[in-house]
Amino acid sequence: MLHLPILRYGKPYRSVDTATAVHYRTRQPFVEASQANAGLIRRDLARQHEAAAILQGFTTRELIAMAGKASGYFLNDTLPLGDSAQSPQEFVEAVSATTGLPWVMVRRNMAKIAGVLASMETVLMGLTRLPNLDMLDSGVGDIDGRALSFFPRGDSMGVILPSNSPGVHSLWAPAIALKTPLILKPGSSELWTPYRIIQAYVKAGVPAEVFGYYPTSHAGGGEILRGTGRGMLFGDVAAAKAWSGDPRIEIHGPGYSKIILADDGAAGWEKYLDLMVDSVSNNSGRSCVNCSSIWTTGDGRALAEALAERLARIKPTAEDDPNAAVAPLANPDVAKRISAMVDSELDGGAEDLCAKVRGSGRVAEWDGCTYLLPSVIHVPSKEHSLANREFGYPHVSVVQVEPHDLPECLGPTLVCTALTNDKRLHQRLLANPHIGRLNLGPISTMKISWDQPHEGNLFDHLYSRRAFQAVPELVG
Amino acid sequence: MSTATQPDLFAKVQASKERLDAHVREMVEWHFNPETGCPFWLNWAQEAGWDPRKEVTSYADLDKFGNFQDDELRGGPVRRWVPKGLAHRPVYVFETGGSTGVPKSRVQMDDFRIDYENFSETLPDEHFPKGADWLMLGPSGPRRLRLAVEHLAQHRGGIAFSVDLDPRWVIKLIKRGQIQEAELYKQHCIDQALTILRAHEVKCMFTTPKLLEALCEKINLEKAGIKGVFCGGTEMTPQFHRFAVEELLGPNIYFAPTYGNTLMGLATHKAPEPEDNWAIIYYPPVPRAVLEVVDFDDATKIVGYGETGRVRLTTLTKETFIPRFLERDECEREAPCDQYPWDGVRNVRPFSRFQKSVVEGVY
Repeated sequence: MLHLPILRYGKPYRSVDTATAVHYRTRQPFVEASQANAGLIRRDLARQHEAAAILQGFTTRELIAMAGKASGYFLNDTLPLGDSAQSPQEFVEAVSATTGLPWVMVRRNMAKIAGVLASMETVLMGLTRLPNLDMLDSGVGDIDGRALSFFPRGDSMGVILPSNSPGVHSLWAPAIALKTPLILKPGSSELWTPYRIIQAYVKAGVPAEVFGYYPTSHAGGGEILRGTGRGMLFGDVAAAKAWSGDPRIEIHGPGYSKIILADDGAAGWEKYLDLMVDSVSNNSGRSCVNCSSIWTTGDGRALAEALAERLARIKPTAEDDPNAAVAPLANPDVAKRISAMVDSELDGGAEDLCAKVRGSGRVAEWDGCTYLLPSVIHVPSKEHSLANREFGYPHVSVVQVEPHDLPECLGPTLVCTALTNDKRLHQRLLANPHIGRLNLGPISTMKISWDQPHEGNLFDHLYSRRAFQAVPELVG
Repeated sequence: MSTATQPDLFAKVQASKERLDAHVREMVEWHFNPETGCPFWLNWAQEAGWDPRKEVTSYADLDKFGNFQDDELRGGPVRRWVPKGLAHRPVYVFETGGSTGVPKSRVQMDDFRIDYENFSETLPDEHFPKGADWLMLGPSGPRRLRLAVEHLAQHRGGIAFSVDLDPRWVIKLIKRGQIQEAELYKQHCIDQALTILRAHEVKCMFTTPKLLEALCEKINLEKAGIKGVFCGGTEMTPQFHRFAVEELLGPNIYFAPTYGNTLMGLATHKAPEPEDNWAIIYYPPVPRAVLEVVDFDDATKIVGYGETGRVRLTTLTKETFIPRFLERDECEREAPCDQYPWDGVRNVRPFSRFQKSVVEGVY
């Protein structure tokens, strides 16, 4: 069986303890990964300053150029994988095998990651808003005659990664260009993408010594977050809550992303159906930027019925089908548990209209796999327990609200697409502190603009600004 | 894995079984004799309506007792466990870790000394020199380990320095999610150890896996003069075993992993061989204690060699009789070997089927 080692500052290490990830269909072991014990991680983290010093030896321009090369290698080259090598197609099939994602979705995520690597200069300009990225090398500069200085907040960034979808890796990949070594804990069934990104970076010239890759337990993940200067955590509500009080950690829990329709937008909802379908079902609903609830001041029932009719067309297909729109769950029991949870809260007038159109439940067995088919829950009020939930499959609630309820009723929202020309509502949305990314107009919640901070600002997370004064002859 | 097929090993295994059966008869006679037994077992026999002294003639016959319920060991009066035949002796009471609910208690007079004197015979003198002083970096308070390690040091002619360490406080911190406080407490313990190591000439030590890791983050034990480390108290994985030997200690410090608890005493490890792939293989101190590996669903059924099951302990000393006690651990069953011609256990770890998770702190 294929074995993935730990990478201790680039050096492969085969642990005695291993864990296997299974193929989603056969349930047979597919890949084995070395597991790092917590003490080993802590011991390695004592050397993170050495890795930081290595990256400080490069200019930002050099690192941006390497990221550009890495983009091509990630997308097109055969790269090392343990003791063997992996072609791009083998990568696609491997990610699909352990996560259930159809090939077409893996390729989309692959393109997203390659995109962020290729667009590194744009990404850094968007994150830093600096007119000149050379300032990242000197740590000092000026904008319109005003002095500016900043410093790294830590020697490395620890990242606890999820297993649901590879697209999230685009969020931490720019850290290398920001001269921050990476200590990664891959998801237990998505071991592939971080390993491949590291190999692409290394082939492009980034020293392997700035990468740590530690498949490990929950406790090992805790050591990574505690031991690195800055951290990033992808996880469920419980995991996010456990670290919510630590300002060193940027938390990526459920997104609760939303579409709101008001005034003219609510009246003309039919023309936004394609956008709503894409926002809900793209990437099989696994992303935190997938829309999980739609809030309208218009006829919610009519909108929900039309959306249900569209989403009910989504059916399981083969993993290599270029039109595949829904992914099986790697663990069938999880599918059944999630569906039972939704069913248990379908009371007080809430109804799954998608199931009604399909004439069948949302758990489906096809070709030996278990799927969660889309659900469109029409809820009777904004207070209903299903009004604002996220389940990791194409699930959306449709909530009819009064105009004055918006936007306060939305709560924490990673992405909000507002379909309305109501300027006063725009102003209230702009002033709302709970919205992470605001799309005004018909923009899918899934669409990311690389020149904008996305899901937190990585530069602000890794660097801090300081006051700075110097006599002219001391600054070049 | 070694097997019991060689004629000489087979003979040793048979001899060991016969010795165990004889020991069982002696212990049952002691514990169920109205002149020498403890109130708990004498009352038990009266209520059970059968006389173990007549019906138990071998180790296998202990099955007639069924599985011992550990709740019997919780709470008082602890004097119900003191054998009449030893009532004139000073009595110690030791408690288990206390990581779950009311702790279990075990009264003792000399068992902890006997167990650790026996264990002492397994320690290589070049790494645990006679006369050398020890650091006991482990739990204090009502733990048997605290006094046992001190006795081990004294038995070998040394003096044991110890630290203040309350594992129950750590467990409370972890359960409350106060991880940072728990880390600070661990550091407090490490600081005490560092002070001792710097102020005294210590060559041997006992510590737990987590404390060993934490100590080695602060000091090079070889440079500090340590020659041998006796480690136990919590789970040790094969990977930890390798990590400790290769990275924490290096080739010049002997690493002696052990598996033990207040009820059993101490199971010693078999010297590692390359084919073990860092598996930690323990053998109990037969006939004073016996470890078996039983089926998860049928605790009367011993699993085959190499198979996984739950650890079942039987303690057979004059001070303590505990038949068929199901531990909170699972492992693989290990075949007898030349040094230990009876069953051992491989890679002991927390019982995976327990719903209630067990919090293991610094201890």
